[in-house]
Amino acid sequence: MMAARARVALRLGFAGVNGQAIEAEGLVRVFKKGPRAVDGIDLAVASGEIYGFLGPNGAGKSTTVHVLTTLLPPTEGTARVAGYDVVREGPQVRAAIGAALQEAALDPLLTGREHLRLQASLQALPRETRKVRADELLHRVGLTEAADRKVRGYSGGMKRRLDLAMALVHSPRILFLDEPTTGLDIQSRTALWDEVGRLARDEGVTVFLTTQYLEEADVLADRVGIIDHGHIVAEGTPAELKASVGRPTVEAMPADPADRERAAAILARFGEPCRSERGVAVRLESGETDLAGLVRALDAEHLKVEHLQLHQPSLDDVFLAKTGRSLEGAAEEEEERARGGLAMEPA
Amino acid sequence: MKTLAVAQGVAWRTLHNVFTNPSLLIPSIVFPLFFFTAFAGGLSRVQNVPGFGFPDGYTAFQFVFVLLQSAAFGGVFTGFGIARDFESGFARRLLLAAPHRSGIVLGYGVAALARWAVTVSVLTAVAFAVGMHVGGSGVDLFGLYALGLILNVAALLWACGVAMRFRTMQAGPVMQMPVFLVLFFAPVYVPLSLLQGWIHGVAVVNPLTRVIEAGRGFLAGSPTEVGAAFGAAVALVLGFSLWALRGLRKAEAAG
Amino acid sequence: MHAFADQVYLLARRSVVRTARQPANVISPLLFPMLLLAVNAGGLKAETRLPGFPTTSFVAFALAVPFIQGALFATMNAGTDLARDIQTGFLNRLTLTPMRRLAVLGGQLGGVVTMGLVQAVVYLSVGLAVGVHVKAGPLGILVLLVFAVFVALGFGAVGALAALRTGSGEAVQGLFPVFFVFLFISSMNIPRNLMEITWFRDVATANPVSYLLECVRSLVITGWDGEALALGFGITAAITVISLAFASWALKVRMAR
Repeated sequence: MMAARARVALRLGFAGVNGQAIEAEGLVRVFKKGPRAVDGIDLAVASGEIYGFLGPNGAGKSTTVHVLTTLLPPTEGTARVAGYDVVREGPQVRAAIGAALQEAALDPLLTGREHLRLQASLQALPRETRKVRADELLHRVGLTEAADRKVRGYSGGMKRRLDLAMALVHSPRILFLDEPTTGLDIQSRTALWDEVGRLARDEGVTVFLTTQYLEEADVLADRVGIIDHGHIVAEGTPAELKASVGRPTVEAMPADPADRERAAAILARFGEPCRSERGVAVRLESGETDLAGLVRALDAEHLKVEHLQLHQPSLDDVFLAKTGRSLEGAAEEEEERARGGLAMEPA
Repeated sequence: MKTLAVAQGVAWRTLHNVFTNPSLLIPSIVFPLFFFTAFAGGLSRVQNVPGFGFPDGYTAFQFVFVLLQSAAFGGVFTGFGIARDFESGFARRLLLAAPHRSGIVLGYGVAALARWAVTVSVLTAVAFAVGMHVGGSGVDLFGLYALGLILNVAALLWACGVAMRFRTMQAGPVMQMPVFLVLFFAPVYVPLSLLQGWIHGVAVVNPLTRVIEAGRGFLAGSPTEVGAAFGAAVALVLGFSLWALRGLRKAEAAG
Repeated sequence: MHAFADQVYLLARRSVVRTARQPANVISPLLFPMLLLAVNAGGLKAETRLPGFPTTSFVAFALAVPFIQGALFATMNAGTDLARDIQTGFLNRLTLTPMRRLAVLGGQLGGVVTMGLVQAVVYLSVGLAVGVHVKAGPLGILVLLVFAVFVALGFGAVGALAALRTGSGEAVQGLFPVFFVFLFISSMNIPRNLMEITWFRDVATANPVSYLLECVRSLVITGWDGEALALGFGITAAITVISLAFASWALKVRMAR
């Protein structure tokens, strides 16, 4: 899918001089009396790719976005966006990119439609196309009905959607989204994911997305860079990253606690036992394909299981493996996953 | 071309906010009228002080000061808007969207001028309605309004430079107070010749004194110190242009 | 009674500390009135040459203005602080304690009263330093300071009323221009009998701020003027009592929510 996107991007001429939409080498940003927010980052994001930049609060995600969008000059290093140097060719970079930053800075006194027309004017779109483009984007982000209401009456989700529409006014080749779904309800979050996916798939837009949500990076990104303390600690496709930290585990809780040892023995046939706080667990030797056989084995031994759960390695496991710490907010996601995940009744 | 498009967008949005929001529009119109009333109405007896010697009366004498004051504060009020934009993050959107950022300053400048045009129209109408006497010709009056216009731009550039350095509304007094002091350390209530002591010394070196005295000369039809007044006003614009552009660079560097 | 005094003291102490920790709230009421005094004393000195002007020193004439202007600043700050307490929920927390309503109000006004006294001492010291002679003597100075505190309390109650009714710091700040208009359309810069334009003189005569100014001015340039003192104290008392009554009612309504 990513290759197809890259082809669309190249066909439309969205790539930089050497095919990369975003490149950075040794990027550093130091704040006065502050930390090295970005500490030697190298990046190469291909045209048409969705690149997820994952990390906890304060890791340096937003600072990187600010440098790449010319809002902040780097202290050291170089970066090129759409083939232009972010320091020396700021106007060209800004003409090529769209950005929805972390704080959806909107004017509470303007309506949604007025915001879009202002943005169109700032981007020097021809006067006759401004209205059409504003209407088109309002429709696309589902704000047609609210278009003539002042933004101060918008919900958080509506503001985010308007922010995204504003970033798209001039049909940018590259889109920067800085934590676009923070604070949104699940419905708004899913709608935004759909739109971002569509932009990359249908229009070949390169998307650089920062997030602290594991699921967001997992679902949306072609490739993920994990950042911590200003460094990229891991990079690759979500599958590659997860595979790098190991195979899935299965955790079982026997209905009768006295069956714990028997259950452990059955599970041990399928891999190496590992720690479980609630029952017994095993790291599956052949991956998740072992799961069916394991359920059949439990059934054959007439062992009643109260709870059985498959744990896939998550990006949090990757973060944990690389930094020794858990990603902030991961607990919340785990709860969500447990609610909607594989929780089987006894066989 | 792109710079002009950016300027147009910024000016439109600033003016839209001002003219659709009474809390922003009304003070900029009412305050000059109020000062005009308080000074010209309350202090008219001052024209009886020996040596006052302004032929068109105290209303005309104060009209010139209030007109120039409204020009300066019109620029400062627009500076408040810039600081508010930085505080709310909206300025970042402008910085990001504008390929050529000097258009942002130009846009704010256009907005300040348009805003002052409304204020000064109302002020002028009220002054004529209460019977202000004007000795000068149309050309003289053009000179007076031209001085106001230049002062408006100078004050806006000053406030813009402050707003872009501090990027918070807390900087409001820093924008306002020097303008207030420079205006009031000039011959506000009586001609320069009637000022005594330290304030006379300060007023003599204050560039605004030349502007105010020349403005009063225009209104009375006997222009004086025209070259010095325009020279001082243009010098302020040039100086504050550098100040504002350097402020813009600082804002860019701060992200 | 002891508990009541203790409650007032605790809240007043917080109010004073909070005021002191916001340098802008301390410096502005001290600096701006002094700047206006300097500007007007310089620019309007020629006014003393008008026949019938009550003194040859315009600084002595204008010294009354900072007392009233400073009280306006303090009022705005006190009102804004109270509005912030409402917005942050601090007032709600107080309602959950056994604290009495009047103690809450009295305590909140503690900061503005203290600030009023500090300001009055500073203004008076500056006036004396630049050669103003208080005609009513040391006792007059004492009366002047009492009056300044009284004015701060009265205006502070207006600010508190605005904060309690609206719950918004911006709304309280919005009152400032209104006070400002009252100040400028008064006998602030010229005695009422020297105002040439009749309607302006009539407005200034109907404006209570003129009498507050003239009360201070009488002590400085006239000596003991019973009528000016009675009008000044009387009007301030009326403002204080009415505002406190309404503020207390507004607090009761808010605490009942």
